[in-house]
Amino acid sequence: MENTQTANKPKATAKKLRISGAEAIIHCLLAEGVDLIYGYPGGAIMPVYDELYKFSDRLNHVLTRHEQAATHAAQGYARVSGKVGVAMATSGPGATNLVTGLADAQIDSTPMVCITGQVARHLLGSDAFQETDIIGISTPVTKWNYQITRASEIPAILAKAFFIARSGRPGPVLIDITKNAQFDELDFEYTHCKGVRSYNPVPKPDADAIEKAAELINQAKKPFIVFGQGVILGHAEKQLKALVEKSGIPAAWTILGLSALDSDHPLNVGMVGMHGNYGPNVLTNECDVLIAIGMRFDDRVTGNLDSYAKQARIIHFEIDPAEIDKNVPTDVAVLGDARETLSLLLPKIRENSHSEWLGEFHQKYEEEFKQVIEKDIHPVKPGLTMGEVVAQINDASGHEAVIVTDVGQHQMVTCRYAKFKESKSNITSGGLGTMGFALPAAIGAKMGALNRQVVAVIGDGGYQMTIQELATIYQNKLAVKIVVLNNDFLGMVRQWQELFFESRYASTVMVNPDFVKIAEGYYIKARRVEKREDLAEAVSEMMASEEAYFLEVRVEKEGNVFPMIPSGASVSEIRLK
Amino acid sequence: MEKSWFTISVYSENNVGLLNRISGIFLKRHINIESLNVSKSEIDEVSKFTIVVNTTESWTRRIVSQIEKQVEVIKAFYHTDEETIYQESALFKIASHLLFDERQIQNIIKESNSQIVTVSRDFFVLAKSGRRHEIDQMYFELEPFGIMQFVRSGRIAVTKSEMPITSLLEKFQH
Repeated sequence: MENTQTANKPKATAKKLRISGAEAIIHCLLAEGVDLIYGYPGGAIMPVYDELYKFSDRLNHVLTRHEQAATHAAQGYARVSGKVGVAMATSGPGATNLVTGLADAQIDSTPMVCITGQVARHLLGSDAFQETDIIGISTPVTKWNYQITRASEIPAILAKAFFIARSGRPGPVLIDITKNAQFDELDFEYTHCKGVRSYNPVPKPDADAIEKAAELINQAKKPFIVFGQGVILGHAEKQLKALVEKSGIPAAWTILGLSALDSDHPLNVGMVGMHGNYGPNVLTNECDVLIAIGMRFDDRVTGNLDSYAKQARIIHFEIDPAEIDKNVPTDVAVLGDARETLSLLLPKIRENSHSEWLGEFHQKYEEEFKQVIEKDIHPVKPGLTMGEVVAQINDASGHEAVIVTDVGQHQMVTCRYAKFKESKSNITSGGLGTMGFALPAAIGAKMGALNRQVVAVIGDGGYQMTIQELATIYQNKLAVKIVVLNNDFLGMVRQWQELFFESRYASTVMVNPDFVKIAEGYYIKARRVEKREDLAEAVSEMMASEEAYFLEVRVEKEGNVFPMIPSGASVSEIRLK
Repeated sequence: MEKSWFTISVYSENNVGLLNRISGIFLKRHINIESLNVSKSEIDEVSKFTIVVNTTESWTRRIVSQIEKQVEVIKAFYHTDEETIYQESALFKIASHLLFDERQIQNIIKESNSQIVTVSRDFFVLAKSGRRHEIDQMYFELEPFGIMQFVRSGRIAVTKSEMPITSLLEKFQH
């Protein structure tokens, strides 16, 4: 079917345009405020790409070098900007390559809309070229998905897709659009989705629950706050800070809650979980009231559930009713958006301080500092440590950078030591643990926060899973700073092999290429650091660079990340060595 | 916690793919669906899934939360057998000559309160509605004579208590 529309004529808000489905998709995206999408073209999505070409002045399409990278870039963009990330791919392998990013966004509650092309309606089920059942495949890893087979469905379904992706507990939505629906014409009219009758995104806070929570908090002698990404997604950073300060309660964060509260805040006591800080883990089993805010008691946070905070009354502030009592039974569940519930709670909280209790955290920190942190950050042994590199980045960034991490030892070390002043600054793959996440996510993070430094800290393993995205960085002139902490090992797996498999290093030894040459092959400035005396200067040079910069740091080969809660152990059995 | 029988009732929009989404929730947790029935409900354009599981109440509760979380699910409930009125249906296809040759079969039909749906030259079909054990009993009694085909439906159930779906939907409209 011929499409006679041209780029400058229709406006997204104009009524009753007779346009193709493909053009309607662009208008829907514009109407949703999308000005940036990541993707990769192919046969079944070509009509949409043809429209993208015409609309390139209003909608920037970034060509990643793999569809998985498009999803991670969209995630990075969404996490840093709070907007919905958009990724696009063709049918078949293009669509299946999105699955890892969808699963990652699902478990980490990242708002994302993925659009895939599909073979024409009359070919569905015929095993046509590049046909795959992406609806069936993506169902368990999407908040919602839908296959559009008629052009007339496009406006309402895309409106619903964006509404679902961003509302309530956010998540990924996949819309599969058959090729005939892209070619066919429709009478286009766009109305934003304001609700879906079967879907209640934000439960109304219950006044009784808030009252009970306040009572427990006010009576507590050793209260402890653990906050997660729900604070960031719910824009509740101010309310969290106010609660912490008014109540004087020490607060720790999950890996995805990181950056919601200033790292240097006196009541910020660090990270909970497997490689979190000593105090917050041990004292989880000594607090009398545990106040969980926007977190989901992941097994990496709780360790063995049978001995997790059994002595404590548990208050759970949560937007998703399915999270209540899922892993840890609660005494008081406060359903709702964190900003709303914390705002209702605040006036009922008594001003207080818990200096003796806070002192216990400080004492535990001193122990951890002596046994772990000092050696990580101010090592005296010759080998460079991951911790000192992160400390150097902190110094150079003034705690103002967006830090993107991949998965493994470098991720744990970076999240332990990176300092943040601003929320939405820690971008990492938490729940799914997706190696290969960081480099593409840093692309999205940079494009979502153009005025900020974006530093991707990556291990030598994960880096090579999406290394091809250096081309995307170069092509789009993105000043992403890339630090690869190279120990020539799949470090975290190696650490487990050392500790739990009698040092049988099965397939964790990496014989790596010359990363500097590779970066240079992509026309990216690159440098390698092997000696401590060169580190500070190299990091400064990287941070000062106006363009993308690659820094490889050769770190000690067999460094271990401590503290550590061994798998299956209790949080209070956390090991310092 | 002990395993028990639970009937999960799901009111939902009638959409392609929702069955897959719901069954995936069981699959992910390695919990078997003992019986499944999908039909229209008392409300126009609202479907009803009736799912029977044999597991602990704590798993059932978590599964119901996950089901209810799905965008196109209006509301999900779970109930014990005592809280529901439930039935299954079965069809037995049996050779016609047995109806006349075996006096005992006529007794079974009478005593089991089943109906003859059809009789043809070669076979007749018996329909029986009731509890699982009643159908099992009838199967056990008919088996020695030869059953040509047998099929039993999933459980259908209504609850003794109210399921306030209409008011939920009305709330949305306001």
